[in-house]
Amino acid sequence: MNASTRRVAVLGGTRIPFARQNGPYARASNQDMLTATLEALIGKFALEDEVLGEVAAGGVLKHSRDFNLTRESVLGTRLNPHTPAYDVQQACGTGLEAAILVGNKIALGQIDSGIAGGFDTTSDAPIAINEDLRQVLLEINRSKSNAGRLKALARIRPQQIVPQIPRNAEPRTGLSMGEHAAIMAKEWGITREEQDELTVRSHRNLAAAYDTGFLDDLVIPFLGLERDQNLRPDSSVEKLAKLKPVFGGDQGTMTAGNSTPLSDGASAVLLSSEEWAVAHNVPVQAYLVDAQTAAVDHVHAREGLLMAPTYAVPKMLARNGLSLGDFDFYEIHEAFASQVLCTLKAWEDPVYCRERLGLDAPLGPIDTDKLNAHGGSLAAGHPFGATGGRIVAGLAKALGELGPTSHPHRPARPGRGLISICAAGGLGVTAIMEAAA
Amino acid sequence: MSDRYQQLVNTPIGKIVSKQIGLPNPVKLERYERGQPVVSGPVLLGAAPGGRLAGATAKVLAAVEAEVHTPMVQDVRTAAADAGLEAKVWAPDAAPEEQTFKALVFDASGIADSTQLNELWAFFGPTIRRVRKSGRVIVLGTPPADCKRPRQATAQRALEGFVRSVGKEVRKGATAQLIYVGNKAESQIESTLRFYLSPKSAYVSGQVVRIGATALDADGIDWDLPLSGRFALVTGASRGIGRSIAKVLARDGAHVIGLDVPALESELEETIGELGGSTIVLDITDDDAPARIASYLLENHGGVDVVVHNAGVTRDKTLGRMDEARWDLVLQVNLTAQERINEELLTREAIRHNGRIVCVSSMSGIAGNAGQTNYATSKAGVIGMVESTAPQVAKRGLTINAVAPGFIETQMTAAMPIATREAGRRMNSLAQGGLPVDVAETIAWFASPATGGVNGNVVRVCGQSLVGA
Repeated sequence: MNASTRRVAVLGGTRIPFARQNGPYARASNQDMLTATLEALIGKFALEDEVLGEVAAGGVLKHSRDFNLTRESVLGTRLNPHTPAYDVQQACGTGLEAAILVGNKIALGQIDSGIAGGFDTTSDAPIAINEDLRQVLLEINRSKSNAGRLKALARIRPQQIVPQIPRNAEPRTGLSMGEHAAIMAKEWGITREEQDELTVRSHRNLAAAYDTGFLDDLVIPFLGLERDQNLRPDSSVEKLAKLKPVFGGDQGTMTAGNSTPLSDGASAVLLSSEEWAVAHNVPVQAYLVDAQTAAVDHVHAREGLLMAPTYAVPKMLARNGLSLGDFDFYEIHEAFASQVLCTLKAWEDPVYCRERLGLDAPLGPIDTDKLNAHGGSLAAGHPFGATGGRIVAGLAKALGELGPTSHPHRPARPGRGLISICAAGGLGVTAIMEAAA
Repeated sequence: MSDRYQQLVNTPIGKIVSKQIGLPNPVKLERYERGQPVVSGPVLLGAAPGGRLAGATAKVLAAVEAEVHTPMVQDVRTAAADAGLEAKVWAPDAAPEEQTFKALVFDASGIADSTQLNELWAFFGPTIRRVRKSGRVIVLGTPPADCKRPRQATAQRALEGFVRSVGKEVRKGATAQLIYVGNKAESQIESTLRFYLSPKSAYVSGQVVRIGATALDADGIDWDLPLSGRFALVTGASRGIGRSIAKVLARDGAHVIGLDVPALESELEETIGELGGSTIVLDITDDDAPARIASYLLENHGGVDVVVHNAGVTRDKTLGRMDEARWDLVLQVNLTAQERINEELLTREAIRHNGRIVCVSSMSGIAGNAGQTNYATSKAGVIGMVESTAPQVAKRGLTINAVAPGFIETQMTAAMPIATREAGRRMNSLAQGGLPVDVAETIAWFASPATGGVNGNVVRVCGQSLVGA
């Protein structure tokens, strides 16, 4: 086994525009979207007939028949069929976790190249049959005699027709993610205005990223959609102020505007060793330097469901000898504007940092101009599994354009980006990326 | 002694009627019972920027295991974190209407000039209506005399007007206090903060207390038995307020030495017997009384830790009709005897280190009262004695303070004509009379070995009476 590790290069990524639920992608399956996205990446990096180390991708809402969806997608692309693949699932952290898995194998020398991807459709969602009906059908299946089958069949009741529709609720609390975020917003005293301002900034940044051409080679049209459907370039605090609260009751501060909508989409990122990049004549945009996951106890300790990244980031910073201020880009997934604001407040709060994170001093504030500088999930939408790939690809490109940073009183250092993604189940997935020097 | 009006307005119909016609609506005040937490609900801690007391305050709140909320202000959050408090975040703009507090505590010591008094408005404006029943508003500041610059002293002095007005605005049995904490006295606030946060201060409102630096400390004190191992002399201990004082001091762990006149010997024995204390039977106006008291204390207990001058009499007459005997008796019992006993005990060093002298003054001594020229003179004299003696006793490691009761429900007040009694009961912020235990609790706070920073103070137990305010 290889004792030393290698640097993990991020070469670039693509995604399809994200659509709102039951929008243009209403009839597209997860496999359709992932295949189209992989095809675009193959075209971008001339990977036709290439045998890659692996393709790892995943989504949150999947049909049970899609147990091997990524492999099936690969078989539908121009990649060499000898390219192995597997599915990954870690709620909203899926896409970033896929990149970490591929990256770790590259670092260990087990593979030289790989694609990390993610997808989700909330339109073509799996619907399961009623649990009672399922038990009856399984019983019929197990019966060896016709009499036994008939007996089981007689147990079918009309109410068993009602299907099980996937719900956006935490199994152990019964609360929707939005309700959890509303509790966090209340705990941290997050105002409606702050949330709406963050939302407007997300829309403006994404709109600017389109207008300046930053997204030209990152987003490829799909099913007639050219830009993220949820994007409102003319969004304003005044307009958002008119929306009614949807979470947290009458006095709630969270609206459909400052929460991400259910959406459909897919993304993919190409990672490799430095040698592979040189051999294939592909410039390195950035390196995946480190990653950290964490979880909170939202069940017994009643911690904020979406606060796990607050634990992950300081651990990762300490391991790399960095402080929170040492970054040029902060990519904090915007599940809800309130959740981003809670995360930032927690890192600034001496009490939280001491009592929960065990730190002597707070991590401190960040420069909010550097936060989701090319737009975030509030504007782009959030097909759960696809968000990690969107962020890794966008950050790699931004770092590639930035190069080393210079400061009059400090030595030049590579540009640096922090990724922080919260996920259902009280999970958090975070990573550090650095510009190629 | 029962307050029928209070009972009546607290019936369902009484509540409606009193509200409709705008009658005072006194609530039943929460009073301390053993085993209760110091503060039985969430505490909001705030501070003006640059203050020096939030840290010490946070430590006390942590010690009493309060549920603390603070605004998202770095100074205060850091103070809370340093105290080990897992403080919740308070944001007035995002707070739900149902969020209420048992206590609002604000460190105003950072207010450096009059323009910054706006901090009071900013903190209390959105919060004052969220104070719960029998809630507490506590402002901490720097004594004007300790301020270096006149504008700072001016602003700190201004806090008094604010707190006294808040005391009159808050309802439902809530109180407001100002605690001036002198330079280097930050570590001395615990005993006082505990008293003012807790139901022990039920009938104390609109008061200003000064805590000064002292070498006296009470490390390792048992807050449930603060007077454990201490001996407390209580004069006039057989009945009324004196009896209540004896009981509260005993509850706090003191061995009580009750003193009263021979005519009340059996009542004294009964009261003190129940508490497992000792008794001295004599008339404090006798020539040899101070010497006998000192000898008794030194011979039987090796000295004394707490002396409570509670014994007092009234002999009311308007001045033109007052005979000399009435005048002399009241002055002798209420003032001269206290002076003589103090002198004797101090001369013979009968009061041990970190000891306490607590005197009972009166609202009449502050405001004056028709028919009580003798009584008011004596009680104002008590205040004079406290103020003049304080620097002297401080040198010996002792403190001297006084309580000034307002309308306290006793046999004496029960015998008043109804109009006088009702006026006395209602003309205060809490719209009711106090109970003897309210005076006793205040005395127990002064008597605590942890209250060494409080010296030369006079605290009224009057529900913030309009009289003499």
